[in-house]
Amino acid sequence: MKTPLAITIAAAALTATSAVAEEPREGGVIDTIIQPEPPGLVLGMIQNAPTRTVAGNIYEGLLRYTTDLEPMPQLAESWEVSDDGRTWTFHLRDDVSWHDGEHFTAEDVVFSADVFHRELNPSARAVLQHVESIEAIDDYTVAFTLKEPFGPFLISFEAGTFTMVPKHIYEGTEFRDNEANNHPIGTGPFEFEKWDRGTVIQLVKNEDYYEEDLPYLDGINWHIIPDGASRAVAYENGTIDVLPYGTVENFDIPRLTEMDNTCVTDHGNEYFSPFAMLWMNNREGPTADKRFRQAVMYAMDREFARNVLWNGLGTVPLGAFGSNAKFQNEDLAPFDHDPDRARELLDEMGYDGEEVRLLPLPYGETWTRWAEAVQQNLKEVGINVRTEATDVGGWNQRLGDWDYDLAFTYLYQYGDPALGISRTYLSSNIEKGSPWNNVEGYENPKVDELFNQAATAHPEAKREALYQEVQEILQEDVPVGWLLELGFPTIYRCDVKNLVTSGVGVNDGFKDAWLDK
Amino acid sequence: MLYARLIASRLFKAVIVLFLIIIFNFFLIQMAPGDPAAIMAGEAGATDAEFLRQLTERFGLDQPLHVQLWRYVSGVAMLDFGFSYRQQVPVLDLILERLPATLLLTGTAFVLSLVLGIVAGSLAAARVKKPSGSLIMALALVFYATPLFWVALMAVVLFSVYLDWLPAYGMYTVGAGHTGLAMALDVGKHLILPATTLALFFMAIYTRMTRASMLEAAQQDYVKTARAKGLAPRVIQRRHVLRNALLPIITLAGLQAGQMVGGAILTETVFAWPGIGRLMYEALQQRDYNLLLGIFFFSAALVIVFNIVTDLVYRLADPRIKEGS
Repeated sequence: MKTPLAITIAAAALTATSAVAEEPREGGVIDTIIQPEPPGLVLGMIQNAPTRTVAGNIYEGLLRYTTDLEPMPQLAESWEVSDDGRTWTFHLRDDVSWHDGEHFTAEDVVFSADVFHRELNPSARAVLQHVESIEAIDDYTVAFTLKEPFGPFLISFEAGTFTMVPKHIYEGTEFRDNEANNHPIGTGPFEFEKWDRGTVIQLVKNEDYYEEDLPYLDGINWHIIPDGASRAVAYENGTIDVLPYGTVENFDIPRLTEMDNTCVTDHGNEYFSPFAMLWMNNREGPTADKRFRQAVMYAMDREFARNVLWNGLGTVPLGAFGSNAKFQNEDLAPFDHDPDRARELLDEMGYDGEEVRLLPLPYGETWTRWAEAVQQNLKEVGINVRTEATDVGGWNQRLGDWDYDLAFTYLYQYGDPALGISRTYLSSNIEKGSPWNNVEGYENPKVDELFNQAATAHPEAKREALYQEVQEILQEDVPVGWLLELGFPTIYRCDVKNLVTSGVGVNDGFKDAWLDK
Repeated sequence: MLYARLIASRLFKAVIVLFLIIIFNFFLIQMAPGDPAAIMAGEAGATDAEFLRQLTERFGLDQPLHVQLWRYVSGVAMLDFGFSYRQQVPVLDLILERLPATLLLTGTAFVLSLVLGIVAGSLAAARVKKPSGSLIMALALVFYATPLFWVALMAVVLFSVYLDWLPAYGMYTVGAGHTGLAMALDVGKHLILPATTLALFFMAIYTRMTRASMLEAAQQDYVKTARAKGLAPRVIQRRHVLRNALLPIITLAGLQAGQMVGGAILTETVFAWPGIGRLMYEALQQRDYNLLLGIFFFSAALVIVFNIVTDLVYRLADPRIKEGS
């Protein structure tokens, strides 16, 4: 079943391809929303979603990625890899300036990667541990030498993950106390203008931007509106032009997308491709038995959640690998909604009705309703579920302490299983205190071996074979529940053109956008 | 002279109360699950042990509790409220930046509710057996019983979405670049909906209370005396009835005034008003301990100040009240 919204998006994609390319116009300011208010705007120091969204237009990375996650030039014009897959050489643009007028060179790249990110940035550290040395060969050439080939290396250079920061401002300072953090300096198409806390973050056009004619817009106002209903109203009464993903509740989306002059796209999310999962505690209780975990998979009606709670957007995953991550094994037997099979499995293991605790994700109404739907599905097959609501702090603590039986979460996939997927299953990733590692406590030496080999195998075909095999094991063991690859729509006035041009959408999309009015 | 002594003794007690409040709040916050480092790591969607260690050390959360408490209390004694963990800005700066917006909102609502409430209450008392009096009381009951957030949302739907008379949210028009008088008018326009919403509830209380205590005062012997003296009914109402009926209203106004810093969370959230209430709610969600403690401190200080002010106003309204009685 397709809901009207999914159809709207499909139709929009058709007309978009047939539309004649129009001549972009200069000028205009776009009003959009950032939710929640970011803690700061220095990417690399802070990696949370709202910081990425705003600051991705101030800072840049060496590369950008298409909606198919193919690399595009950004600060690096071209790149090549040695035959053994160990040395990557990037050729930088020679016409790039920081917002304070200083010239951007290879020294900035070496400083950002080797000093700044190694000290501050856990996501970049995950990649940098495979890097042996980083060297500026001349002012505009940088070479990364890896300890061994690392499959996802080329997809790690997105602005939010591997931000280029100015060496002349940060070198030799205490990074987190640097005065410049209040006025971020990047190379991007927009410059920081003003942050009126609780009200608005204003960016203005970088007049000296190195790409010809870009950006077209004079500026971006990121309004800060804490209440979901008020955000929807702000779009309805015309103050706001663009609603980035996740800024309005799902149940408001059909109403908003039916308005005149309103366009919607579910692109611009491919790089993160948030994967909703159900943690199942592999350590103790009924969830320690894999038959119970399989029963949960059969009991859940994931199509219903997709169609009703998520407006028909997103993809019900086959198994552990999402459709936007590489190397998905399409031959796996799917977990269809099959309550009878679930009951059989529960009988077989001798489930005695022991109560299991379910933690919803405290991120708004949609997640609360989803937890209710899953609870009902599980009750239908005889599983005794009690929902325990928490706030974000409590949720973090409960998961970090492994104090749960079932818990909702979602994780970014980052375009490659070695970045976004293996972290959930590797036993080396079991550590208390974080809700983002192997929280379920799954340990399987064979899986560890396959994932570790696949990350550094070379060339791609070898990786493919290893990942295919690991998916079969995971499909049998069901370490976690695979719920949905979330489809977050970006809603905007149709006279905003060319908004979503990359796999991170509005996070770096305002560079190409223009206003047709 | 009498006032000076009174204020001095009250201020001395206030310092002790504030100190106890700081200690109590400090331990209260420690009891909440989760800590700021874990929440910041959680928001980033990726973390490692190194990241958590860096933040915990930076925030001083690796120290024993009594060391943390001592650091905090000795800081506050020198008016240093520490850094907001999350925003990396001194707590005092954050609070002072947001304070004017909140005081503008709550102050307007305070004056509005007090004035309109007393006027409506007096009218209702004067028309006690007439339909117009009943109508006022019925309205007061409705506003008293309706949840604030619902009134706020309905006001937005009516005045912003359908009628398009008033802005739905924010404190000023972003990007309009107003200055001077134009800016003041713009802020005033943005103020109408949130201030009215916030005022309605207290207005209803003042109305009901004014009416009740005026009716009671009207039964007193001195009112009969005044009438026997031949005073005009309006003068009796104002000078004898209303003035004697004011004491409970002053008490209530003191309570409302004390809530001016932290009491507008819902209104500020719905209307995206950049005030302290929102700051407090967000600090709570993010376990930003220093910021939260700082806001608690300011709220508590304001309650104490207004308690003292209330006592002074009592004496103005009723000279029979004296120290110690």
